[in-house]
Amino acid sequence: MNEQMTSLERTLAAINHQEPDRVPLFLLLSLYGAKELGMTPKDYFAEAQNIVAAQLRMKEKYRNDCIYTFFYAAIEVEAFGGEVIFVEDGPPIAGSPFITSYQDIARMEVPDIQATSCLARVLDATRQLKQRVTNTAPIIGVVMSPYSLPIMQMGFEKYLELLYFHPDHFHCLMKKNQAFCLAWANAQIAAGATAICYFNPLASPNMIEKETYLATGYPIDCATLPQIMGPTATHLASGIALPLLDEIANTGTKVVGVGHQEDLSGLKHASAGRLCVLGNLNGIEMVKWSREQVHEEVRKTIRAAGKGGGLIVSDGHGEIPLQVPEQVLLEISEAVRLYGTYPLDRIQCNG
Amino acid sequence: MEAKSTLNAEFKNALLSIDRIGAAEIFRQGLCAETILQRIDDLIVVSLEQIGEGFERQVYSLAQVYMSAILCEELLDTYLPKMVKPKALPTVAIGVLLDHHTLGKRIVYAILRSNGYEPIDLGQGLSVDELVEGAIRSQAEVLLISTLLLPSALKIRAVRTRLDEQGVSMKIIAGGAPFRMDSQLWKTVKADGSGASATDVIGIIERVVQSS
Repeated sequence: MNEQMTSLERTLAAINHQEPDRVPLFLLLSLYGAKELGMTPKDYFAEAQNIVAAQLRMKEKYRNDCIYTFFYAAIEVEAFGGEVIFVEDGPPIAGSPFITSYQDIARMEVPDIQATSCLARVLDATRQLKQRVTNTAPIIGVVMSPYSLPIMQMGFEKYLELLYFHPDHFHCLMKKNQAFCLAWANAQIAAGATAICYFNPLASPNMIEKETYLATGYPIDCATLPQIMGPTATHLASGIALPLLDEIANTGTKVVGVGHQEDLSGLKHASAGRLCVLGNLNGIEMVKWSREQVHEEVRKTIRAAGKGGGLIVSDGHGEIPLQVPEQVLLEISEAVRLYGTYPLDRIQCNG
Repeated sequence: MEAKSTLNAEFKNALLSIDRIGAAEIFRQGLCAETILQRIDDLIVVSLEQIGEGFERQVYSLAQVYMSAILCEELLDTYLPKMVKPKALPTVAIGVLLDHHTLGKRIVYAILRSNGYEPIDLGQGLSVDELVEGAIRSQAEVLLISTLLLPSALKIRAVRTRLDEQGVSMKIIAGGAPFRMDSQLWKTVKADGSGASATDVIGIIERVVQSS
């Protein structure tokens, strides 16, 4: 099948709610690069050149439409001096929370991006990848939202108690996290990232009730996202977005990443040209999908939200697990070409 | 009956609003040693069940489930040890495999306590060996394992293997995000059960214990 657009052109058309040559496919492959190169996660993330080599290889292999410079979520904890634990078969995880008292928040210093070695490696990989792909494919950088980062900084339980009962300390933490988030996002843009994926799982009504989010996290997102010097995608990492869709759109973000539980058709309809939908294949079930299931799931996603552009097929969480077989990814790529080529005549679309 | 249902609704609303003082005041209304068990059943157990069901239906948030459990645990800490002897129930142990996210464990812990269990907390960030050693030491009949990510969920199979190697026939109940995203995953990892929400745990324990 002859494709007429570059990955970047295809993605921009979808985000602008126009029909490209086909639905873009964002396989969000991070740790999967270690598998591609046959390395341990620790060795893989130790050198920027590994990420560059793996991202370029995987883009070709899976005919992926994006380059993903996300290393691992706990890298931001590492930047603040927190512990990161490397395991053999999964993403590095945050160790014990480094904020153990409210005094720690007052003492906490915002890391200098360029002087923090783990972040500098991401920037190095971003620069090298930009040189290689130029303007043919979008390079997606990643930040955690100031509102969601404390889950790793201090643990979810302590954070909820802070959020509900200690507003002064909460605002102090948000101020520091916002400064870090903006510096980190804008450094990635300056290094060559086309857009920033702003992970904000705590904003989802699955995680926190809407009224609390509107009173606490939403003002922070409204103040942060417009100061990122490039386009953004807000990703709820498997959380539902529909009850918050207007608020998410009002932050100025262009894309919303949603999980497999989302009513994709309803979300597409409600977004009414304001937000491009990124999702929502189930990355956990994907581990054991047969060829038939791959085709059914991809067809279902494109049927629900593909018409008129505004859809990027992806997993619903923001990273493909290492345990997903390569064959499944190849089948997903094939199915997106089969069912996602515009006009979408092969499938009966909603709306 | 109507008064009880009004009290229950008020208590549940106080929990959902994270109103620590309001929930405690409602719980204390007319309370005496003779009514404490009934009060726990009527207010704490029923409310936590309803909030858990609401979470499954995406009506309530995980934060509300957690904070409700914590507020109830505080009430149990205040009243339960002084006034009530625990029921004779199976020994259960609970731990978080590999990860340091303890939210799910604490919710389940509070639900177990409100239902009369005295769970043994094995901790978090546990390796397979640490979890198995702790579980065997606890002499639990049922081991509850909380996980956050797929790799740790898949390691439950190794826990099962180690227990089998040592001839320990402990029941395993698996929980956490991977099991909500794949409803059949608990079978893959050779657990004996899993639930869609933390409040399912009591029914699952009863089922797996009866099946042994």
